[in-house]
Amino acid sequence: MFPAIRCAQLVKRYGEVVAVAGIDLAVETGECFGLLGPNGAGKTTTIEILEGLTVPDAGEVEVLGRRWTDGAEARALRERLGIQLQETQLADKLTVEETVRLFRSFYRASHSVDEVLALVELEEKRRAWVGKLSGGQKQRLAVACALVSRPELLFLDEPTTGLDPQSRRQLWDVISRFRAAGGTVLLTTHYMEEAERLCDRVAIMDHGKVIALDTPRALIASLGAEHVVEFALADGTGRPGAAPPPEDLAALPGVRTVRLGPDRVALTVAEVHRAVPALLALLERRGAELSLLATHHATLEDVFVALTGRQLRDA
Amino acid sequence: MRDHPLGQLTLARMREFYREPEAIFWVFGFPIVLAFALGIAFRNRGPGELRVAVLRGPGDSALAAALRRGAPGLAVTVLDSGEARLALRTGRVALGVLPGDPIVYRYDSTRTESRLARLEVDAAVQRAHGRADPAVVRDERVTEPGSRYIDFLIPGLLGMNLMGSGLWGVGFSVVQARTKKLLKRYMATPMRKSHYLLSFVLSRLVFLFLEIAALVGFGWWMFHVGVRGSFVALGFITTLGALSFAGLGMLVASRARTIEAVSGLMNLVMLPMWILSGTFFSYARFPDAMQPFVKALPLTALNDALRAVMIDGTALAQLGPPLAIVVAWGLVSFGVALRIFRWR
Ligand SMILES: Nc1ncnc2c1ncn2[C@@H]1O[C@H](COP(=O)(O)OP(=O)(O)OP(=O)(O)O)[C@@H](O)[C@H]1O
Ligand SMILES: [Mg+2]
Repeated sequence: MFPAIRCAQLVKRYGEVVAVAGIDLAVETGECFGLLGPNGAGKTTTIEILEGLTVPDAGEVEVLGRRWTDGAEARALRERLGIQLQETQLADKLTVEETVRLFRSFYRASHSVDEVLALVELEEKRRAWVGKLSGGQKQRLAVACALVSRPELLFLDEPTTGLDPQSRRQLWDVISRFRAAGGTVLLTTHYMEEAERLCDRVAIMDHGKVIALDTPRALIASLGAEHVVEFALADGTGRPGAAPPPEDLAALPGVRTVRLGPDRVALTVAEVHRAVPALLALLERRGAELSLLATHHATLEDVFVALTGRQLRDA
Repeated sequence: MRDHPLGQLTLARMREFYREPEAIFWVFGFPIVLAFALGIAFRNRGPGELRVAVLRGPGDSALAAALRRGAPGLAVTVLDSGEARLALRTGRVALGVLPGDPIVYRYDSTRTESRLARLEVDAAVQRAHGRADPAVVRDERVTEPGSRYIDFLIPGLLGMNLMGSGLWGVGFSVVQARTKKLLKRYMATPMRKSHYLLSFVLSRLVFLFLEIAALVGFGWWMFHVGVRGSFVALGFITTLGALSFAGLGMLVASRARTIEAVSGLMNLVMLPMWILSGTFFSYARFPDAMQPFVKALPLTALNDALRAVMIDGTALAQLGPPLAIVVAWGLVSFGVALRIFRWR
């Protein structure tokens, strides 16, 4: 059995910019695989190469065991894929139903319009013009157009970017249902929460390269600690106060790593109940006053920060 | 049950068009407004009225009376010499007549109207002074249908409209689909490229018949502009014209990435034809050296064929050369467009 997607040594340049700098991936059938990374990491370029829409400068791609060619063979392969692109704006003056019917007509096997509208819960909007839909409804329509072909493999490029939490959750449900029915998914996102929630495996991308690839759980475990403690000091100037030297912080009980950010300090710690009292005592001795103290479970976000030293959102 | 993709694409094209009120106006309303305005402005005014001025001075009223009697087609007024000078300069009168001996005609000899007025005035003056015309003549007046400006204009507007809606209808939607990444989205499906392109042609054909009906119907209702030739011939020619300009629209839109770029290109293509192709006035006015170029333009050929059928009632069989030009433009542009089309 071949993997649903396999690619090796993909490279794509745009002039000086190397958008994809040598990527190898294998996505198994039935898996949900996430490409995660900041703006400009090369996620869209990668996924569009895999979709056969962009020709790579170098490297090999196989999708469902086939290479991208032209003509009838490519059309036969496209019959089996569902694709949502990051930037597509569907025609404003068509209704939801007309749009789905149009896309449906391109495929041999397909869901009925009713079925696919039920899948994405857009039945109420079937007679509304696309231009009049909310952002979340438009995204769900885009996913409906990708699902209408009953695909084996679904490509989603930032399906939930810019949506409110409720719309996002609705889309997650759509994707989960597709997977439950045996579908394979490749999605890109810059929401860590989304990747943790939906993906079996995640490749973290930065500057056109994969810098980490594993299950979300294993990636978080690679931090060596389950929690993150963040604090900031008030010194009256609004700038971070004179933080204790990193060596002192690293020496605190249970602390694994220390990172000094522009406005705060982040510690990855194994045992919050030992690290926090010790931290407070240290600050007390130095006469420093806290303006912020927060702890959370380590997330993929922290993995990204640990790998690159940058925050994912503003990277 | 599966819908045919070509049918669905064509339906989508048509829906996008008729749900856009501006597009409806430009395709259906505008040519009618234009036909109405120009038809009114350039309507043939009864027997053309020539105005002449008799300058104030001794014997002016006798002279004016003689002119009114001898040349009833003239509108004669008596003016001071200052007023007369102004009226002559601004074209309100065609000729100034100074009473006296000799009688003086003051006029601009480069104006046809003025020379005509001089002839009429002179004949009236000579007859008043006793000239007898030896030959017996009789006038027979005819108004040939199809000789009015509006008869010339309606086929031209039809041609211009076919060009405009072909270029705009195709060019604009293609480039819009490209900028919105909709073309790329279609490429991600098994849709056939030929179906996409054909859908434009088919939807053009559907609207084409409405366009013709609107303009020709209006011309007939408002100005009694008829179609002398057969409606089949008219339908055939307009179909060829519409297809040809759809091809040209495809070519113009084949590479452009922005609406601005394609608008510029379309104006570049259309502007010369608006002026040169005899839509509003006969292209015979251009110098001989330009004629081969002017006649090779698709709109010129289309206008010629439309006028031949509508005004002269020419049969299709005799319209080979202009129709060949129209078809050639369509085929070549469509072929080139297919080769260089940017699908992403
Ligand atoms: N068509 C193009 N022409 C020139 N440069 C491009 C093009 N497409 C992408 N790039 C460049 O390639 C790099 C990767 O872009 P890409 O769109 O793949 O990033 P991304 O990870 O999808 O980002 P985002 O999260 O913002 O969608 C960027 O630096 C971008 O500027
Ligand atoms: Mg992207």
